[in-house]
Order: sequence, then C-alpha cells, then structure tokens
Amino acid sequence: MSNLKNLTRRPEFAAFVGTLFVFLFFTYFGWPTFIKPLVTAGWLNVAAELGLIALPVSLVMIAGHLDLSVGSILAAGAMTYAIITGHFNLPDIIGLPAGLAVGTFFGFLNGLIVTKTKLNSFIVTLAMMFGLRGLVFGITRLTTSTVLVSVEVNETVRRTFGGRLYLTFENAIVLWVIIAIIVSWILYRTKYGNWIFALGGDETSARAAGVPVERVTIGLFMGSGFGSALLGITQVALFGSAQVSAGQSYVFFSIIAVVVGGVLLTGGYGSPVGVIFGTVTFAIVSQGIYSTGWDSDWSSLILGLLLLVAVLTNNTFRRLALSAGDKKTSEAKSTSRTSPAELKEAKRD
Amino acid sequence: MTEKRIPYISIENVTKVFGGYVALNEVSLEIHQGEVLCLLGDNGAGKSTLIKVLSGFHQPSSGIIRIEGREQPIRSPRDAADLGISTVHQFGGTFPLMTLERSFFVGREPTKGWGPFEVFDSKTAGEIVVREMQAMGITRVTDGKRLVGSLSGGERQVSAIARAVYFGAKVMILDEPTAALGVKEAAHVLRIVMEAKRRGLAVVLVTHNVTHAMTVGDHFAVLIHGAKAADFRRGEKTREEITDLMAGGEAMAELEAELESYRSSHDGHPPQR
Ligand SMILES: Nc1ncnc2c1ncn2[C@@H]1O[C@H](COP(=O)(O)OP(=O)(O)OP(=O)(O)O)[C@@H](O)[C@H]1O
Ligand SMILES: [Mg+2]
Repeated sequence: MSNLKNLTRRPEFAAFVGTLFVFLFFTYFGWPTFIKPLVTAGWLNVAAELGLIALPVSLVMIAGHLDLSVGSILAAGAMTYAIITGHFNLPDIIGLPAGLAVGTFFGFLNGLIVTKTKLNSFIVTLAMMFGLRGLVFGITRLTTSTVLVSVEVNETVRRTFGGRLYLTFENAIVLWVIIAIIVSWILYRTKYGNWIFALGGDETSARAAGVPVERVTIGLFMGSGFGSALLGITQVALFGSAQVSAGQSYVFFSIIAVVVGGVLLTGGYGSPVGVIFGTVTFAIVSQGIYSTGWDSDWSSLILGLLLLVAVLTNNTFRRLALSAGDKKTSEAKSTSRTSPAELKEAKRD
Repeated sequence: MTEKRIPYISIENVTKVFGGYVALNEVSLEIHQGEVLCLLGDNGAGKSTLIKVLSGFHQPSSGIIRIEGREQPIRSPRDAADLGISTVHQFGGTFPLMTLERSFFVGREPTKGWGPFEVFDSKTAGEIVVREMQAMGITRVTDGKRLVGSLSGGERQVSAIARAVYFGAKVMILDEPTAALGVKEAAHVLRIVMEAKRRGLAVVLVTHNVTHAMTVGDHFAVLIHGAKAADFRRGEKTREEITDLMAGGEAMAELEAELESYRSSHDGHPPQR
C-alpha cells in the first residue's frame, strides 16, 4: 500500500499513465493495424530519434533553462558532416567528429552567452536558432551552391548510425538507449545530477552552496548541442542527404516530450525515465494516427491537449510529492480540508 | 576585553553602488566568533546587500574586508565558503523539490567509486542528514528521502543552519530566518542560533523583529539608507530606542505625535482598532 503510494508520487508516474493511455487509445481505434510490428517500429523509430534530443534537453530544462536552437544545431551538425564527406569527399573519420564538434560548439556558445550575459536562455537560444540557421544556409550556398547536399555515406557509418536492427527497427534505438543510460546515470547517480537539480531549484542558493553554476550550465547546453548534431548525422546516414532546413520541428517536439515526461517548466524537478515515457507518448500519437484511418491533422489536437493535461498534472503531482513523507498526518490531511498553511505554501510555489 | 580581540571579519568603509544608487555607504563593522551580530534596518536599508558583499555575491565598490586582521577580498561564493562563511539567503537556502539528503549536500556531495563510476553516496548522505537534523531537535525527520518542500518553514531554516554547522562554518549569515515563521518555529530557530554561537560560530542575523534581535543579539548594527546609523552592544539601548532607530527615527516620532494628538482630541482614549 505505502509502496504503491510512493510509486504514484514518483515524477515519472504521470508520464507512464499518459503513455499507457495513448497506447490503449490507438490499440483500440487503430485495431488491428496499430499493433503490427512495422507500425511499432514506426513509432519506436520516431521516439528514438526524438529521444536523442529530448534526453539532453530534459537536463537543460531540469536546470531551469530552455533550448530552442536544437533544430538549427541539428542542421549545422548534419550539414558539416555532409559537406565534408559529400562535397569535399574527405573521409568520415574527419566528417563525423567535425559534425558532432560543431553541434557541441554551438551548444557551448549558447551556454557561454547565457552565463555571461545572464539573459534568459529563451532569448539566447531563440537568437541562436535564427542566427545559426542563417549561417548554415549562407555557408552551404557559398560552398555547394545548393541547399541539399547528397552524401555517399561510408558503409560502416551507414550501418552503425543509419542501419536497421531488425525489420525496420532503426539502430537509432540503440543510440537512444545508450544516451538514456548516460543521462540517467548523470542525473540519478553522480554529484552533477545533484547540481543540476539544485540549479533548477534555485540558482542563487546553488551558487551559494558552491555549485559551479557557469560550468554546469555550459556543459548542459553542450549536451543538447551534441544530441542535436548526433541526430542530424543519424538522419544523413539514414537518408543519404542533408538539408539546411532540417530539424526545426524538433524544437517544439522536444519540449513537448520533456514536459509530457513530467519535467517542470520552471526546472528543479523531473526524471529521464519520465522523459522516455513522454517521448514514447509523443511518438505514439504522431504515428498511431496513421493506423486509425483518421486525418493525420488530428494528432496535433491530441498532442496539444496532452501537453495541457501534462502541465496541469505536473503541478498536481508536485504538490502531492511535497506533501509526501508526512507519515503521521498525511492520512488525516487527505480526508480533511486543506489547511491554510498548505494553501499559502501552494500559492507561494 | 572584547575590544582587544581580532574580529574574524572586519569590513572598513565598504560602499556599494548600483548604477548610481548608493546601496551601502561607508559601512564599517566587526564580526566576532562566539557572538551574534544583529543587523537591523527598514526595508531597502541595505541589509541584504551587505550580506551579499560578505558572501561573495557582490564586490564592494570601495572599502576593504579583513579576515582575522588580514586583508582578503571575497570574490565569489566559493571564496566565501572556503573562508568558512556560510549564508542562508532571504527566501532561499533550500531546494523544495529535492530530497533532504540531496539538498543538504549540494556542492559537497559524499561520493564513492572512481572516475565515471564515482557516484553520489545516498546512504551516507541520508544517515548524516537524519542524524544532524535530530541533533538540532527536528525529531520528526527520520528519512533522508523526504522532499525539502514537505518540511515546515522552520524545519527548512534549521536544515540550512544544520548544513552550515556540519560543514564547519566559522561565520553563519542568516537573512531574516524567522520572517515567515510562527512563534514556536521562530523560537526554535533562535535556540539553534544560540547553539551555533555556543559552538563558537559568529552569527550575523538580519531581522525586522526587535524581540528576536534582543533575545539573541550580543551586538547590534542599524542601517538607514545604506549607512550605519548606530552600532551598540547588548544592554546599551532600550527596546524603544532600537525600534525607533529601525523605523528611521522620524517615522516613529511622527506616529507618536499623531497618537498624542488623537488622544487629546478623544478624551485620552487610544484609537480603536
Ligand atoms: N542588484 C541590485 N541592483 C540595483 N539595486 C539594488 C540591487 N540590489 C539591491 N538594490 C537596491 O539597494 C537597496 C537595498 O536593498 P537590500 O536588498 O539590501 O535591502 P534590505 O535592507 O535587505 O531590505 P529588506 O528588509 O526589504 O530585505 C534597495 O533600494 C534595492 O533596490
Ligand atoms: Mg533583504
């Protein structure tokens, strides 16, 4: 009983319920197409690709920031790789690390600007989103005089990043699992995880407690830059070309996945496991719609509603979590009316 | 005899200007170990600013800071921590959505393992935090996995103080620790302040509450518009004088004159509430 209660108070519980709900929903309305392996592969691939960005972005958001530049960084990483290997015919051993390095570098720049100027990361990464997009367009046009660069992807790279595991299940799923393990390890088990929570909880207090706020912030933006570039390169490996306008949709997709995954928009709370559920929920809704025979536009409506419900649920669960552990009184409290002190508490938060 | 001791921190003629606005004006102060210094003053008097200078958040625009007599700038909160200065900021100091054991050790995590497998030692952290909280009289806390936000305001303050004491702070700065607390909780926090003082810490306590200040203070400094208006020791001034100073003098005198005229026009009855 008390175990069950503790379970429902974990940050990922609501996200899990959301995933279960949309899964059952599409199993019912998309029966029997939705449960076919190819359809499963379809949404799992979408989840895996989005997950490469959503997981590192979730750390950024738990630390109380936003990253709107993931789409432009994705394009920058993909283009760097494509131009080096496809246009200049240089080996992948140069192109691949260069693509990842470019993504990481622009993440670094985001972090540096946010920490140095103390501007809101929303604005900084918005500027990065537009600025970098322009830069990628300009440089690509100047060097290749096109906006789409085809690549004869190296066999090893194609098989590792763009390959299939089984049927149409992509290797990106493996990358996703690896990133998920790393991100969870950092957040749950290392001291850096503690710093990230503290940073999102109250930056001033974190600083006072000796957390190197600048370094952590920069590191997190580098992480989301790396994840974005990794997805960019993965897509080049999958499709054999890079496009300057690629990736912009991931900006909002990643935020939806993270918030539906139970991360508070204000930071300080959330879990990678929840974000994995959030990502899967997103993927199921966006792909499952095709098994229902309905117009695919309806998936946007469902996602919008889910997002709204998620934000409301997050607030409720947070309040539940804050009242947890009060073993002697929690039973009585849940039946009696909320005390004035609790109300005050809730309002202040 | 206290006059001859070298203060742990002394600040001399510290001024802090924010874009033309003088928030601190030539303030000098001595902070001694084993004493409670109460920093008093009206809203906006510069108390928090002074504290932020001491804890490395702000650099003074001019003036010097000495630690044990030696000139020593405090350039960052990290610097302050290394000098044993621990601050619990106004409205802050704790992370409501973190577990107690995580929050207690932010920035000083106990770890085990090596390299990339160096992990946060949750078991040790939990044991220590429960032990330290119990030692501070918060017996209700038996599980380090509790969220800080599920503690009461007073318990949170106590956990922040317990943290400072546990990590060997020499100076503990508390910005209005009793402001949001009920009578009982405030009393508990004040008891902890006395306990910290007994252990030889220097305590700087910012408060609006004259009673709280007079209960624990050994030494008092009053700021008015960023300047030090008074500096006195326990017993040198009456409660009325202190209240008067805190309100900036004139305001209180005005209020009294008003009451007086009210009484004389209402046959000596005080105004009804
Ligand atoms: N970073 C800043 N930039 C500009 N002005 C500031 C800054 N910090 C404080 N001030 C100003 O300095 C003055 C003193 O502020 P401070 O916070 O130190 O007051 P306080 O004595 O702590 O007041 P309270 O009792 O309300 O907490 C205020 O007028 C405030 O607006
Ligand atoms: Mg203040």
